[in-house]
Amino acid sequence: MFRLLEIIRRDLRLALRQGSDSVMVVTFFVLTVVLFPFGIGPEANILERTSAGVLWVTALLASMLSLDRLFQADYEDGSLELLALTPTALELMVLGKVTAHWLTTGLPLMVAAPVLAVLLHMNADGFVTLLLTMLLGTPTLSLIGAMGAALVLGARRGGVLLSLLVLPLYVPVLIFGVGAIDAAVQGLPSQSHLLILGGQLLAALALTPWAAAAALRQALE
Amino acid sequence: MHRFANPARFLRLAAVIQPWTALATVLLIGAGLYLGLIASPADYQQGETVRIMYIHVPSAWLAMACYSTMAISSAVGLIWKHPLADLTARAAAPVGAAFTFVCLVTGSLWGRPMWGTWWAWDARLTSMLILLFLYLGYMALVNAFDDPNRGSKAGAVLALAGSVNLPIIKFSVDWWNTLHQPASVSKLGMPSIDPAMLVPLLLMGLGFTTYFVTVLLIRVRTEIVASKIRAIRMTQIHAAHAAPTSEPVAG
Amino acid sequence: MDILSSYFAMGGYAGYVWPAYVLAAAVIAGLLLVSLRELKARERELKILQELSPGRRGRSRDGSEAQG
Repeated sequence: MFRLLEIIRRDLRLALRQGSDSVMVVTFFVLTVVLFPFGIGPEANILERTSAGVLWVTALLASMLSLDRLFQADYEDGSLELLALTPTALELMVLGKVTAHWLTTGLPLMVAAPVLAVLLHMNADGFVTLLLTMLLGTPTLSLIGAMGAALVLGARRGGVLLSLLVLPLYVPVLIFGVGAIDAAVQGLPSQSHLLILGGQLLAALALTPWAAAAALRQALE
Repeated sequence: MHRFANPARFLRLAAVIQPWTALATVLLIGAGLYLGLIASPADYQQGETVRIMYIHVPSAWLAMACYSTMAISSAVGLIWKHPLADLTARAAAPVGAAFTFVCLVTGSLWGRPMWGTWWAWDARLTSMLILLFLYLGYMALVNAFDDPNRGSKAGAVLALAGSVNLPIIKFSVDWWNTLHQPASVSKLGMPSIDPAMLVPLLLMGLGFTTYFVTVLLIRVRTEIVASKIRAIRMTQIHAAHAAPTSEPVAG
Repeated sequence: MDILSSYFAMGGYAGYVWPAYVLAAAVIAGLLLVSLRELKARERELKILQELSPGRRGRSRDGSEAQG
């Protein structure tokens, strides 16, 4: 437990020292969302109708952007090998890194989302559900993304390949995230969607650290 | 199981089996095509378009069977490090991708006259499309590394992660009753499909399966030969590096 | 001839049924041909390499050390 906090603290310190990553991710999020009124027209009811989907797809893409720094930098300078040699389980190390990643990526996206939802004329009934879906969904995205990032370590064209691998696995999160918001906006109950999102998060928490650790061990062989 | 770990033994076994599976493929698909295209009736509601079913449904079955093969081989390769398991997974992927593609396109051709649309975002169609992306992602990943063993192992983890998609496809039409027809063949109790249509369907399914085995054997043989080539090249490189230089050291 | 042409018309759905069958046949046959061609090419390559490095032929005949 203690080690987990240490790993989180280390990665957070490194990320904050860099600083630019969170800013870039949020900036990408904002810029891309702003593109949509230019693309599909500024009519309020069209924007409102598509707001949940636009926000979720863009958040998904934005959180994918920072995935390659999760393991790549440590892999290249050798500190990943050192981390793997410590007595702490590699799975725990992965969890620590993913937590730090989420704190610097998913959390800022969550903060920016309601502001952008206002820009997209999202119905007020959807705001709380938007935050709930992002709270449950963005950690899942970080976890699945971490597994993908571990798999492409040392591969050719790892960045593009990572997107190709991770996006199909993101789709269930997207489906239920948007489904919950749409249900809330229409006045229908969204509990079932949120429960499924929660279930996906639990499943990702249970499975992806193991898969990512296996992939890291292969990369370090 | 480990008797077959020896590639030479596998190759001998493959040489024996392959002609029979190839023959079975020709006979089964031939019979299926005859019954499906000629000797079976048109459907009461769907007319002649039902004949597309004889390709669409078996290719869906095979798309999922190939992925299962890939996932199981990947697991065997990861857990027991069986040398042929990794090769089998790599060999199965293009076949599965091909069947998924055929399933999607024939389904689209069937859907246009029947549902009035080339595509619909219902659960089963969407998850079959995701399956195609998983296949393509797997093939991209295993070929993205200079060391093929590393590629196979990374692909193994990906194949297992994506296998959660298969139950979703299977049960999606039960959970979301939207557009796609619910299961008619593998229901518990008697299948709710006319025997005159069931027989060609099953024949095509079996024929596609023997086709899969035939092509899989060919592709695994290719992988084995490729790894032999790599081994010879590696020894050549090592021999070249180990050769002493002929230049005397300058005094 | 009339029976044949009305059969090919597939009750008006010919534009859907026949392309489906033709595409499936093309993909299935194509995959088989590509796989066979690749196998033959690799086997030729292996034969050339084995002839170029004499003395290996004895050891690699059962191929077990190639799987190392």
